[in-house]
Amino acid sequence: MRKEFFLNAALLGVLLAFPLWAWSVDEPYLITLATRAIVFAIAGIGLNFALGFGGLVSLGHAAFFGLGGYVMGVLAFHAQTYTPVMGWPLVINGTKSMPTIWLIAIALSALLAVGIGALSLRTSGVYFIMITLAFAQMLYYFTISWPTYGGEDGLSIYVRNGFPGLNTMDPIQFFAICYAILLIVLAFVFAASRSPFGLALGASRQNEERIQAVGQVPFRLYLTAFAISGAITGLAGALFADLNRFISPTMFSWQTSGEIMIFVILGGVGRVFGPVAGAVLFILLEHTLGGLSEFWHIYLGAILLGVVLFARGGLYGMVAGREVAHD
Amino acid sequence: MTEPILDIRGISKSFGALRASNNINIDLRAGEIHALIGPNGAGKSTLIKQIAGGLRPDTGSVHFDGQDITALSTAARARLGMGRTFQISSLAMEYTVLQNAVLGALGHRGDVFRFFRPVMKDAGLLATARASLEQVGLEEFHDARVSELSHGQRRQLEVAVALTLSPKVFLMDEPMAGLGAEGSHRLMGFLDQLRHKAPILLVEHDMDAVFTLADRISVLVYGGIIATGPVEDIRGNPIVQSAYLGEETAA
Repeated sequence: MRKEFFLNAALLGVLLAFPLWAWSVDEPYLITLATRAIVFAIAGIGLNFALGFGGLVSLGHAAFFGLGGYVMGVLAFHAQTYTPVMGWPLVINGTKSMPTIWLIAIALSALLAVGIGALSLRTSGVYFIMITLAFAQMLYYFTISWPTYGGEDGLSIYVRNGFPGLNTMDPIQFFAICYAILLIVLAFVFAASRSPFGLALGASRQNEERIQAVGQVPFRLYLTAFAISGAITGLAGALFADLNRFISPTMFSWQTSGEIMIFVILGGVGRVFGPVAGAVLFILLEHTLGGLSEFWHIYLGAILLGVVLFARGGLYGMVAGREVAHD
Repeated sequence: MTEPILDIRGISKSFGALRASNNINIDLRAGEIHALIGPNGAGKSTLIKQIAGGLRPDTGSVHFDGQDITALSTAARARLGMGRTFQISSLAMEYTVLQNAVLGALGHRGDVFRFFRPVMKDAGLLATARASLEQVGLEEFHDARVSELSHGQRRQLEVAVALTLSPKVFLMDEPMAGLGAEGSHRLMGFLDQLRHKAPILLVEHDMDAVFTLADRISVLVYGGIIATGPVEDIRGNPIVQSAYLGEETAA
């Protein structure tokens, strides 16, 4: 428990100190790098809610990441071109307000997750993996063939969306926004993992027969977990789009789903802070190994293999040991 | 005689050519322990599954507390008041003993979709969970993970979790298995009292336990019930002796 607490504190400390240092020496690129790690961490935390706590191995979380991104892209595009998103039956205008975009991204991602979950949660194991993948691929090809928002080329949003009282184009201020969201998401997931829902969901993952015998239905627990999971990853997608001021169908691709899963596995499946560690590690590897060779994914693959074979609990499992049952 | 709380009416279940349950009638009345005995492969567990949910009978119906529950799910039956223990311990293995008991109390209370309050600090749930653990004698192990428990302790925990549900009936599939002499004795004393809270349908291989505890016994052979009655009738029944008891009483 102690070790885990210190690791959590160290992670959050480094994630805050590093960009502040980069800001003081005027290295905006490094601030952006840290922001990227944080956005990836949020996406991973979303997946971990389903995968780690609920045992739902989704290889389609790019669907939510991409949807969040396209919510931002579409709303901002219409705002910058002064056209309505939709004129009938009711008029919906675009917006450049981050909080509004986030709320819509969260709501639509949760809705999409309920839709995908309602169908895919009737299966399990490898079928569940394939169905979630298939849904994400459907959206991927849909966005590729949808010319309104750039199709395959994607869509640029020239000015980052606004947040009341802040200059979001300033890297350190946008970083602060993302960092605050990370803290809020972590606080929610931490609370949920210890809540009645968390206890029931974990029990369902371990033994469905048991949860039924105490009068609860696994499907409802899973669907709720999947909706929350999708909402968090969708929020990360909206932030990612704002970070890059660019969206493209790549956000929906199965590589994106795979990368989100890598954050979770590297950090530690089912650990609240695991995806944060995983995303930081991923960005570190990408930055250092990426400098050595453009084929750095080979090394990443080797490391991932090592983790899966020898360190099942990921970084958190290695450093902090087995999760302590919290009474 | 009062209305039976649990009433199984003519249920049959086949798996291909195998008739696992053949027109079974069995009931459970307030205050009794009704033991279900029979050789291995007689269809006891198949019958329990059809009563507790998870397996739908081909024909016949299950009535519980005046309601036909044949079409209900396992979870719905549990919520109506069926407390079940499994033949092979079925617990949340990564959780502690206390977490498993709290899970039962939570499932029974029903407010599962809450995301903010720590469940292991909920005084109401903890009180229910601790009381149940104490009743089966597991309170000192509340911190242990289930995966670290002995086989016998897991059986005790199964019973404790069923207790947290404050059920109207208990369905117990071999609760004594693997308990050892002392554990068995203790559990027998406990079940003896428990029947007054809620009747127990008890599947058990331990004949001493069955003959000591049961008010009535039903004997299941090849998917059919060949006799039901008070302990003395069953012990003296020649059909039962030849079909099942002969070798065991001789041993």
